[in-house]
Amino acid sequence: MKRWIACWNIILKDMRTYYLKPPNISWGLIFPLAWTGMFFIRSGAGLDSVPGLLPGVMAISVLFGTTSMLAVTVTFEKKSRSFERLLLAPIPLGLLMLAKTAGAILFGTMNAFVPVVMAVFLANLSAVSWTVLLPVVVLIAVSSTFLGLFIAVSVSEVFEAQTFSNFFRFPMIFLCGLFFPIAQLPAWLRPLSYALPLTYGADALHEATARAGRLPLSLDVAVLAVFCLALFLVSLRNIKRKWIA
Amino acid sequence: MPAAMIEVRNLRKSFGDVRALAGADFDVAPGELFGLLGPNGAGKTTTINLLTGLARPDSGAIRIAGIDCARDPKAAQHLIGVVPDESNLYPELSGFDNLCFCGALYGLPREDRKNRAAELLEVFGLSDAAARKFAGYSKGMKRKLTMAAGIIQRPQILFLDEPTTGIDVASARRIRQMVADLRRSGTTILLTTHYIEEAERLCDRIAFLVAGRIVRTDTVANLMQPVQGRHVLQLRASVRTAAVPGLCASEFPKIRFHVLDDERIRAESREPIRVGTLVRFLEEQGVEVAEARIVQPTLEEVFVRLTGVEAAVMQKEKEKPGSRA
Repeated sequence: MKRWIACWNIILKDMRTYYLKPPNISWGLIFPLAWTGMFFIRSGAGLDSVPGLLPGVMAISVLFGTTSMLAVTVTFEKKSRSFERLLLAPIPLGLLMLAKTAGAILFGTMNAFVPVVMAVFLANLSAVSWTVLLPVVVLIAVSSTFLGLFIAVSVSEVFEAQTFSNFFRFPMIFLCGLFFPIAQLPAWLRPLSYALPLTYGADALHEATARAGRLPLSLDVAVLAVFCLALFLVSLRNIKRKWIA
Repeated sequence: MPAAMIEVRNLRKSFGDVRALAGADFDVAPGELFGLLGPNGAGKTTTINLLTGLARPDSGAIRIAGIDCARDPKAAQHLIGVVPDESNLYPELSGFDNLCFCGALYGLPREDRKNRAAELLEVFGLSDAAARKFAGYSKGMKRKLTMAAGIIQRPQILFLDEPTTGIDVASARRIRQMVADLRRSGTTILLTTHYIEEAERLCDRIAFLVAGRIVRTDTVANLMQPVQGRHVLQLRASVRTAAVPGLCASEFPKIRFHVLDDERIRAESREPIRVGTLVRFLEEQGVEVAEARIVQPTLEEVFVRLTGVEAAVMQKEKEKPGSRA
């Protein structure tokens, strides 16, 4: 019960302090809107292109929403030493970091549904399998958040966190099959695509929105789960090695 | 209850080539207020970080309330409260919300932590600033709120890392008073400080820590023994200061004279010094004495003797601009 009180309050504090602040809410709205608009205009196929663009825009919204926020908040708290308050709390480190990342996972999941809400008014989404879409979005949010955690633990300055995040994020936009099929990439780049978690997230989103996934959904989910676990465990090991050294 | 609430044996810690602790040993008894006194870089904060689970030792044993913490640094965190050397609460939260959040980290139910937060704000004289953001607090207010956050869960053991450094006199007094109250209520306290008078006034026992080594650990009374029963007179003279020891050697054989600088001379004796006789003699010898005052022996002298570190240097180091508060 005591641990639950602690974890719940960490989530509430982060939501109040970071994620539900007006600038972040507007960021969460404007960013997906900008991406949707950009690819909508670029496709030139009118409203018919919206369902096809949806998986990519959702994935980008989650990726940028989670990695940006977590890399900044954890790095900022570590630098200001308020993170020590959490490290001193009588909560196992794994549980503590789950609580610390839960806010970013929620924020990323909510970000993903901003373009969906917009798309509802612009296109026919009857082909979307909502029962698959929601868990897939959550899984992408978890893997992106843990990627953000991995980045936050690897750097010491906020600006370094942003730069390091972009090192992962921008290649992912082009390599993970969000807007361009992986099959169209040069053969030598394709193995890199399959080494990135978002490739499996995007494929699962294509499957959930238009039954257009290229890999079995179970494989997408399994690989994403493995990425989540690996990124979390590596981050925990790095926290112990670097922050409780 | 274990015989010692904190047991430290041969504790060692290095950061790269820098040796922060070189085999520290000490015990803190239940309800005791134990002071770690030393200059910057002596290893005080490293010791606290190792004991509270913020760092891992290279070797050595740590037991908190009988729990082995060297292997699992988080094992005893439910028993301890920590006031770090830096006021590290959340700048964007109010004073009240900061305390409530810190209470929640220890699992205090909502009503309990609200009541406790209000009580501590009252005790520290911060009730009027309860709704104000921590970022807007003065240095002294920040320190007091950080102290309140460290005791919100009523810890059995409290670690205080330089709690009064760099703050105003009134805030420092309030914090010292609170520390004394906590000790009276049975809390075991480990206090690090570089203020010798603070350690002397508050602590039951003191360890002198210099360059990662504990030079001496004892009660204030025992530490003071070498300087007890000595009579010290400090003189300020305008001319011939350096000649004073030679001039007085035969006339005052039981007094030892030390020339401190161009103006000051220190006279020490096991017997009371007859100030008038000494001053008259010096003036007859052509030494103009501008001031003569009896100096009470202090812990500072003991510290300087044992460690070779001047106390004034310790304080100045910490009060440099940019030093942490």
